[in-house]
Amino acid sequence: MEMRTVTLADGADLAGFRRAVRLLIGGDVPPEAVVWSPGEAPDLFAGEGTQEGRPIALPRAVGDLVRLVVCHRDPERYALLYDLVWRVTHGERHLLEVMSDPLVHRLHGLRKAIGRDLHKMHAFVRFRRLVDDAGNERFFAWFEPDHFIVEETADFFVDRFRSMDWTIVTPVGSLHWDRENLAVGPAGRREDVPADDAFEAGWRTYYENIFNPARLNTRAMRAEMPKKYWKNMPETASLSGMIENAPSRVRDMIEREASVPAKRNPTKAVAAMDEQEPKTLEELNRIIAASEPLVPGATQAVLGEGPTGASLAFVGEQPGDQEDMQGRPFVGPAGQLLNRALAEAGIERGQTYMTNAVKHFKYEQRGKRRIHQKPTTSEIKHYRWWLMKELDFVRPQLTVALGATAAHALAGKQMAVGRNRGFIDFDGRSGYLTVHPSYLLRLPDEAAKEAAWRDFVGDLKRIGERAGVAA
Amino acid sequence: MDEKLRKKLGVLADAAKYDASCASSAAPKRSGGAKGLGSTTGAGICHAYTPDGRCVSLLKILLTNYCLFDCAYCINRRSSNVERARFSVDEVVTLTIEFYKRNYIEGLFLSSGIIKSPDYTMEQMMLVAKKLRKDHGFAGYIHLKTIPEASPWLIEQAGMWADRLSINMELPSRESLKQLAPEKNGATIETAMGQMHERITEAREEKRRFSPAGQSTQMIVGADATTDTAILTTSADLYGRHKLKRVYYSAFSPIPESSAILPLKSPPMQRENRLYQADWLLRYYGFSVGEIAEGGTDGMLDLEIDPKFAWALKNRARFPVDVNTGEREMLLRVPGLGARTVDRIIAARRHTRLRYDDVARISAGMRRAKAFLITADYHPRHLTDSLGLRKAIVPQPTQMSLF
Repeated sequence: MEMRTVTLADGADLAGFRRAVRLLIGGDVPPEAVVWSPGEAPDLFAGEGTQEGRPIALPRAVGDLVRLVVCHRDPERYALLYDLVWRVTHGERHLLEVMSDPLVHRLHGLRKAIGRDLHKMHAFVRFRRLVDDAGNERFFAWFEPDHFIVEETADFFVDRFRSMDWTIVTPVGSLHWDRENLAVGPAGRREDVPADDAFEAGWRTYYENIFNPARLNTRAMRAEMPKKYWKNMPETASLSGMIENAPSRVRDMIEREASVPAKRNPTKAVAAMDEQEPKTLEELNRIIAASEPLVPGATQAVLGEGPTGASLAFVGEQPGDQEDMQGRPFVGPAGQLLNRALAEAGIERGQTYMTNAVKHFKYEQRGKRRIHQKPTTSEIKHYRWWLMKELDFVRPQLTVALGATAAHALAGKQMAVGRNRGFIDFDGRSGYLTVHPSYLLRLPDEAAKEAAWRDFVGDLKRIGERAGVAA
Repeated sequence: MDEKLRKKLGVLADAAKYDASCASSAAPKRSGGAKGLGSTTGAGICHAYTPDGRCVSLLKILLTNYCLFDCAYCINRRSSNVERARFSVDEVVTLTIEFYKRNYIEGLFLSSGIIKSPDYTMEQMMLVAKKLRKDHGFAGYIHLKTIPEASPWLIEQAGMWADRLSINMELPSRESLKQLAPEKNGATIETAMGQMHERITEAREEKRRFSPAGQSTQMIVGADATTDTAILTTSADLYGRHKLKRVYYSAFSPIPESSAILPLKSPPMQRENRLYQADWLLRYYGFSVGEIAEGGTDGMLDLEIDPKFAWALKNRARFPVDVNTGEREMLLRVPGLGARTVDRIIAARRHTRLRYDDVARISAGMRRAKAFLITADYHPRHLTDSLGLRKAIVPQPTQMSLF
């Protein structure tokens, strides 16, 4: 049998291995006829020059395994991987699923070691900040991984610290990020990294204090944070003291008698706690105005408007496009229609309180237009707490629900407008249910519009009489 | 770093260490991009370990340890003489950002003593999270310990910024709560958890952001007389009814300034460990609380052996199981076989008949498993019913030498 020797670069030579595998599989060369010789001359496939073979289709899991295992220091890694590729392409396509197979078991062990090495690097790298003369900051770290994982780890650090300039130096290579590009550089030394950082003392303080001396278990600590990492982790400088003092700290705690409680008498403070809810409408409105809309997008919260103590309160659905921009309820087309209807019914708008069940505009952007979207049941529910408080401050004699959403919010349950139109009890509040003025705007033909308008004005007249505000 | 701030950090980290959870998992994968800071990977990372063997993943601090409540088991109760401190919202934001930039942490776990009112306190905590997200584009993990007495709108707002919200059960029974935490109310806590579950479910359906990594809770073990079975019944109920992501068990540990109505000694750490194992059996292995209880005595778990092994010893008639044909549910009940190992066995047996050595390569737990399973070339025979089975597994205490 003719033996073939494959020479690969030092470290994790994925490209070289891939090129070799394509040629070997293409040439039907069995694993026992290949000698893998990593780390000698860079990237030479002896005898074949820079010839390229055809790509080989492999299950995704095999590709992922290869990418990781080439990072391992085990000199046999390439031979083991080629063995795997050979078997997968010669009748054992699902070989990786057979964890009981000695080869798969061995490779899995190597992959696990790489996974652990990557994980520890993600976890234990410690950056130190350095500001140059021009005032630009850059973060530096020195780390000593077990395997050739530096490039494999780059995505993680770029993803996490994309907005910072940073450099990670290791004995097997370095990474440099300038907020746009990643550069892979040569190995470096610990001295390439600053010796201290302004926040390290604080971090050590945190580390010392988050430890519970009553639960000393150094074996568990060492299993997860082996000693070899300690020299590059600033907090571990505190370890010996923490461990030594732990038993005596616990003894002290137990021996110390239960001390006499401090003299503070909290009765008043505890009582005051029960009165945490907003005391005035202004206070409530401050809270609503400062809150974030449940669904992002609204310009501002649209608060209720009108005198407290008004005998009539109107509750709409939610602010629309115009209301959202002006920050006032019922100022858009539906609001103007409502104004006309109120005037015809002899009700002065300024004497009434106007608000909405939901305080933020929700919409879908279509081109330049913002198309109103109906609030969901849970949105109505979340805003309900505020609406109830608001009406408690205003204390109207009659609360008018304009449309189904308002009725839902006031009653705490869904309610059809058609069947319940008229005077109604909203969860203990005397109310009246009618249509939302935007309903009138949506009616297609003039005759229907005319009839609906008459009904709506009729509703308002009844409302005005009951509340005693009709002119 | 400012010396005054460092001192406060010492006090407010010390005050937070009795909270067991430090998990940074289950958040949706995301990254802060070109302007923001940070990322979440889904799995969470432990950035250091302290000598108690615990993982340091998040900056776990209290906003303040001043507190109006007087919960006997808590070091921060108003009647304790412990040193007090209070962070401003901006100080917590600065610490989180600066620690994160140095790769010390995955994010923030913020809790607080209750000052002024539950609403005031909750609002301050919510503002920390809001500032981190809005002003700093912070994409790391945020866990807020919510205050069950706070108004609903505050919980709602907090859930928009946090990855996880939690409410502590504190004690596994209402009676103990009444006795040891006079200002707390078991019903309020349970209602708050129920509402939290509702909100999380609704938001998920409507694709709104609200505590995407779910809710968790913590119970203190050993400060009262509640049995393990009663604790696990509470947990099973929380997992079932409110879909909690995790229930944490915290072995009561003696605290400085201890209250006179508490036991002075901590319960064996092993009890906490066994509870976590039992909790795992509830969630991933198809066990019921009743079955787990069979392995123990008088409502307490066996401290010497793990609960799955304890159950198997009492149910030997159901073993041995054939690894090549056994149902997944039954393989999961074999001591020594974890859920991942079982899945690997099932994947491998589609392609090959498993022999003893094959299973030994997949599983590291054969010492315990071998009495309970059959392979193509192996049968445990009398081993399954052997009286010495327990003794063979339990570590024998070494004789003390007297002289």
